[in-house]
Amino acid sequence: MPGMLDRLFGRDRKSAHLAKERLKLVLVHDRTDISPGVMELMKDDLIAAISRHIDIDASDVRIEMTDEGRVQRLIADIPLRPSRRRS
Amino acid sequence: MTGKVITITSGKGGVGKTTATANLGAALADLGHKVVCIDADIGLRNLDVVLGLENRIVYDLVDIVEGRCRLRQAMIRDKRLPELFLIPAAQTRDKSAISPSDMVTLADDLRTEFDFILLDSPAGIERGFRNAIAPADIVLVLTNPEVSAVRDADRIIGLIEAEEKGPARLIINRIKPEMVRRGDMLGVDDILELLAVQLIGLVPDDENVLLSTNRGLPIVLDGKSKAGQAFRNIARRVMGEEVPFIHFDETGGFFSRITRLIRPGGN
Ligand SMILES: Nc1ncnc2c1ncn2[C@@H]1O[C@H](COP(=O)(O)OP(=O)(O)OP(=O)(O)O)[C@@H](O)[C@H]1O
Ligand SMILES: [Mg+2]
Repeated sequence: MPGMLDRLFGRDRKSAHLAKERLKLVLVHDRTDISPGVMELMKDDLIAAISRHIDIDASDVRIEMTDEGRVQRLIADIPLRPSRRRS
Repeated sequence: MTGKVITITSGKGGVGKTTATANLGAALADLGHKVVCIDADIGLRNLDVVLGLENRIVYDLVDIVEGRCRLRQAMIRDKRLPELFLIPAAQTRDKSAISPSDMVTLADDLRTEFDFILLDSPAGIERGFRNAIAPADIVLVLTNPEVSAVRDADRIIGLIEAEEKGPARLIINRIKPEMVRRGDMLGVDDILELLAVQLIGLVPDDENVLLSTNRGLPIVLDGKSKAGQAFRNIARRVMGEEVPFIHFDETGGFFSRITRLIRPGGN
């Protein structure tokens, strides 16, 4: 389905660029052995754990893997809700 | 004399390990060093034909390890480069005929007599790979600018680090500057950023490699070939010389940009 691929990646992206972007994701998972499914589970657990203490915007939580050289890092971005005054 | 053991390996097969071993061996011998190349790809012997020494094999690596011959009897001397020797692989055995500690013992024997001991590893992450890296002082990882070869190189680099044989050094082989320029082949910077590893060589795709393999004559002996020049540069870097990397500009001509020696990952 070339039409869908065109839309997904942008018509004029070069193939080497796609190769690099795809490799980036593949290598992160190869190196850590953490699948996208496990990432989702961790995210849910994290939301549950933090929500017990503070009010967060669960819909906007993101966790992702980054790399520094060959060292992988798990980054969590957790937006807090403005603290509501007690009534 | 204590020689250095250099293992040439890769994750994916067919990326150019045997070609690189033969040519680095020939280049180092041509620079005046005493070199022995060992074909550790047991069952898939090839270094002999690439070096053009296939007609002179009597004994092989497994014969040495199993005590059927003395070390000296299995070494074939190259007539064109008298400082270059080959220990061929056994063809009718498999990787389990030899253990990592056999390789360490053999390499230690050879260290006293040679400046460089080059080990042509089989592809993959199994026994043959473990055998080949066991005695290594330096591990060179080969890849091609291609998705699956780069992915498999990453696996191998990780294993080399885990075995405390790192840091691995990367050779990117079969680069097609024209395709890189068009944006249709991963560039050197892309690959170094992805793998976060130290670079030791850039080798262009060069049809003279096939011609010289047909003849059984290492391409480094062909003064005009670009791949031959690239392998000679790697040999000098292995010896510790700082040889600048020359590679392909996005717009400029062939080999027109000088790159950094180390590119420590990240962005
Ligand atoms: N720089 C190059 N330019 C053109 N052809 C090349 C180059 N390097 C290697 N080749 C060709 O690629 C093929 C595979 O090379 P080679 O046998 O050295 O790979 P290998 O990694 O040892 O393979 P294996 O994993 O099967 O042992 C050969 O036909 C060789 O001639
Ligand atoms: Mg080979």
